[in-house]
Amino acid sequence: MQLLSQVGGSVTNGLAYVGALASLGGRAAYYTFVAPFQGKPIRFQRAVSQALDVGVRALPILSLITFFIGLILALQAAYELRRFGAISYVATAVAISMSRELGPLITAIVVIGRSGSAFAAEIGTMKVTEEIDALETMAISPVHFLVTPKFIAMAVMLPCLTIWANTMGILGGSLFGVAQADFTFTRYISASLDSLFLRDIVTGLIKSVMFGITITAVGCLEGLSTGAGAEQVGRSTTRAVVMSIFLVIVVDLVFTALFFFMSDH
Amino acid sequence: MESSLTDSLETTATISVRDLRVNYGEREILHGISFDVNRGETLVILGGSGSGKSTLLRTLVGLEQPSSGEIWIKGQNITAISQSEMDAIRKKIGMSFQGGALFGSMTVGENVALPLREHTRLEESTIEIMLRLKLEQVGLQGFEYYMPSQLSGGMKKRAAVARALAMDPEILFFDEPSAGLDPIIAAGIDQLILELKQAFRMTIIVVTHELASAYLIADRMVLIDKGNIVAIGTTEEMRASTQPRVRQFLDRVAEPEVARELDYLQMLTEDRRSR
Repeated sequence: MQLLSQVGGSVTNGLAYVGALASLGGRAAYYTFVAPFQGKPIRFQRAVSQALDVGVRALPILSLITFFIGLILALQAAYELRRFGAISYVATAVAISMSRELGPLITAIVVIGRSGSAFAAEIGTMKVTEEIDALETMAISPVHFLVTPKFIAMAVMLPCLTIWANTMGILGGSLFGVAQADFTFTRYISASLDSLFLRDIVTGLIKSVMFGITITAVGCLEGLSTGAGAEQVGRSTTRAVVMSIFLVIVVDLVFTALFFFMSDH
Repeated sequence: MESSLTDSLETTATISVRDLRVNYGEREILHGISFDVNRGETLVILGGSGSGKSTLLRTLVGLEQPSSGEIWIKGQNITAISQSEMDAIRKKIGMSFQGGALFGSMTVGENVALPLREHTRLEESTIEIMLRLKLEQVGLQGFEYYMPSQLSGGMKKRAAVARALAMDPEILFFDEPSAGLDPIIAAGIDQLILELKQAFRMTIIVVTHELASAYLIADRMVLIDKGNIVAIGTTEEMRASTQPRVRQFLDRVAEPEVARELDYLQMLTEDRRSR
């Protein structure tokens, strides 16, 4: 009986959390798509500076990581393909797994580490120092002012970063292809491009938009629900990272399953 | 009750609080508080830590929702109005937070100009002029390009006051204006409040536990203890009061420390929540 009530309790909590995320996302969507027509313009300047932070400044580390991932994928694929004399399929394996799965996922993980945590820390600190309260007493909605530009920046920048990640992954794979699998660089690239359908790339990009929205919602919600005291900011940041990674994987699973069954018919 | 309330609203009261109760979870922090704030007066809300005075202030500006009761500000009951009506009222009030609550990522100038840029369609050049004016009023001329982190505690509070003044509010709220400042800087802030009072005839509400400051700036005082109003009256009336609890607070009689662990824990949580 106690077990049942515990299970019930955590299910309720989980649903309440998802509900809070959805409500925050919904309010941000209102300020993005409805409020501009009611005389409350979007903060483009803030969105652009966020985009710069989230996107452009992530490029060096993201490039390095996805280049290595591409190379690792090539090595792992070749290990098995070699036995069937099918090593020339390395390019295909890398291109497809990068653009369908690992490109969006690795990008999301890097962005969680850089920006999801930063959102929670920034908003959490503002909560502790009463800056969020100050915004409200000035009749400025924190969701409009702080959260919405982050949503816009993330929803736009994650797909861009994902395309970049896919490219760097394929380049990483080409290093192995050229060195060990008798490809020339141009042949490796054209083999990669030939193996990709538009669908592979588009499904990855749709997922990346959803990841961006999830990461922003979690980061901002954790920030906004920070309690009193500086140590709470640390807690919020940690929770934001862990919850984001978990929810990104869940969203990934849901959309991958959705795409799988949709392409079946 | 109803008629007396509308009477008082029509005459002088800018803010009327009626039977205000505020809960945090199961605990009731304010137990049915009623008072009026007259137009143009400076009301000081006095009370010790955990008395509920900060909660009262946060409820007055709409940061906390009361569980029951009414708060009338300029003829509107803010506990029963829409978000947009509340926003309209908020544009007429200014609030200076305990730590300043300046936005760390913006310069002092951007902080002060923020309400103007958000809520008015003034030309940038006009905003620049108003910004200089507001900074001058609080004695911070020339500091518009500083970041909040480069200011001292007293200057941060002055900048916060400048930001609260930006929209030319009719009511100004102060949360612990002298907290964390040395006596000389704190006296400077008191002086600033007095100047504002004389210059603009604003209604000013100050929450503090600093007696010296309260005596200096208050027209009337409210003493709050454990979520109830203990006494309310003019500075002279309070000084002359013979009520034991008032005397204890005003004469700074020490209270025996809380001995039982449970009480102490309760006091701690209360303190933390009321922040």
